[in-house]
Amino acid sequence: MRGAQKELRASIHRITVFGKTYEREQVVTAAILMTPVLIAVFMLFILPVIQVVIYSFTNMTTSKRGTFVGIENFKYLIGDSKFFKAIGNTVLFACLKLIFDTGLALIIALMLDSHIPLRKFLRSTYFAPVVVPVVASSLIWIWFFDPDVGPLNMILTKLGLEPLLWLNGKETALASILIFSVWKGIGYNVMLFLTGLQNIPDSYIEASKVDGASWWQSLIKIKLPLLRPITSFIVMIGIINTFKVFAEIDVMTPTGGPGYSTAMIVTYIYEQAFTRGKMGRACAASIILFIIIFILTQIQSRMNASKTVDYD
Amino acid sequence: MADMKYTAPAATATAESTMDPDLKPRRKKYNIAIFIILVIGAVAMIFPFVWMVFSSFKTTQDIYTYPPKWLPSSFNWQNYTKVFELIPFARYYINSIYTSVMQTFIQIALSIFGAFAIVFLEFPGRRKLTTLIRSTMFVPMVVTLIPMYLIFNAMQDTYAGIILPQVFSAFTIFLILSFFESIPRDLCDSAKLDGCGYFRIMFNVVIPNAKSSIATAAMFAFLGHWKSYTWPLIITNKDTYRTLPIGMKYLVAESSKEYQVMMAASVMAILPVLILFVIFEKQLVKSITLTGMKS
Repeated sequence: MRGAQKELRASIHRITVFGKTYEREQVVTAAILMTPVLIAVFMLFILPVIQVVIYSFTNMTTSKRGTFVGIENFKYLIGDSKFFKAIGNTVLFACLKLIFDTGLALIIALMLDSHIPLRKFLRSTYFAPVVVPVVASSLIWIWFFDPDVGPLNMILTKLGLEPLLWLNGKETALASILIFSVWKGIGYNVMLFLTGLQNIPDSYIEASKVDGASWWQSLIKIKLPLLRPITSFIVMIGIINTFKVFAEIDVMTPTGGPGYSTAMIVTYIYEQAFTRGKMGRACAASIILFIIIFILTQIQSRMNASKTVDYD
Repeated sequence: MADMKYTAPAATATAESTMDPDLKPRRKKYNIAIFIILVIGAVAMIFPFVWMVFSSFKTTQDIYTYPPKWLPSSFNWQNYTKVFELIPFARYYINSIYTSVMQTFIQIALSIFGAFAIVFLEFPGRRKLTTLIRSTMFVPMVVTLIPMYLIFNAMQDTYAGIILPQVFSAFTIFLILSFFESIPRDLCDSAKLDGCGYFRIMFNVVIPNAKSSIATAAMFAFLGHWKSYTWPLIITNKDTYRTLPIGMKYLVAESSKEYQVMMAASVMAILPVLILFVIFEKQLVKSITLTGMKS
């Protein structure tokens, strides 16, 4: 009698969905907890993603809802040299930044991993620019880059070199922002690489030394393969972050810089949408941006999946 | 126990004696060449901040003299007062603090809820929802900027309009999720046996056990919101609601190359972040590396 009652009570507390049994209390609690999360995911991701696709096929502007125009917006973008300029700038910027952000960061991390005094303090200094707000630090560098009173040109003239136009020059503007951007962000990757290096068991390195491996050989054969997961994370995040770069560009070179030389895809989207009011067209450009990011991250993760090593 | 203590040093002693004799002295000596390179790099990293602080006290003459002066001729605070005259800096500052704190608070609450449900509860669709949340990481906000602008258009120039679109981050959810995973299951099971409901387990067992980790995630979120630029830029038109980064963008135009004034504004904008960095550096570093390792 008792047992049956217990069983009955237990069955009330259980629910079955698609042949799997769950505890009712857990399901109810999860529903309550997940609801706000799912509302946020819906409102901030699912709905806007659907809308951006729909709007990209309309001639929507700031003032009117717009009608369906087919692939007219995409046709416009393909014919717009400014858009290609923006894509070219973004790709160039992303490639250079990724090279510096991974290569230079790895070198710094390897140096920080060696036996040196003040290691913790040095590590903090490389990390400091990362936490500083991008606009506030842009302001410092706007001054550094000033062709007339900026410290960088003063150093150049002192060294007997030609002063540069920096942010005001067609050829130097993007490079200037790259310098700022590497300074600003490299500490994050240094930190990741450094942790990765310190997680490599000493025994691996010792063993390779016993076997007569040089420092260089142990770097290529042991450290780099073991750092691969971190490197792939850095590249993945790097791709997403460089392709969406906007704040420093907009503060340091508003309206796309001299000769549109610093305009990024986001600059173009912003200009189309909020300066010209062409919402539909801006949505089409957003979709192209998303497709580029998506393809690159996919290639990156495929490449990584085929090469992952496991030493355990 | 006593045995352990005895064998441990003996083992290391043999290991050292069998090691290459070259290695021992080299490991003790500092690598000075590398140290010097790193110090030069570190100076380059820190120099802009030092320059910023000193320059914020300079006068216009100090800035336009050649060769440039490192130190201001006298420490005057006039640049700082000038910032408040040129732009409604106090207003921006309050707006930034309010929106950043609110965004952080809501974001952390959402993340705790989501992470708790995913880690501790069995419910239909758990895997699929986790994948859905993870996939949002690959949709940067700039891609959905225009629909977001249209969805939240009615909230232009309101705090809600600034705050609400920025309260969700899959990163924070997975960061907190990884903290929760390290909490022993037994702790929750015994609470369950004592008759605790899941809400009580969350508030009385799980959250207190992950308190410092949650604080780190909050710090991280706050730093992100404090520098947030693109969204506040498009959703605010009035000074009343503009945040600090947007205000500072306009200061560049307003101050017309009065760099010393811009530096004073930067010092004030960076100050809270710098204080947080000095206090929480260890935790910040830990959680950065954690997000890196987890993926």
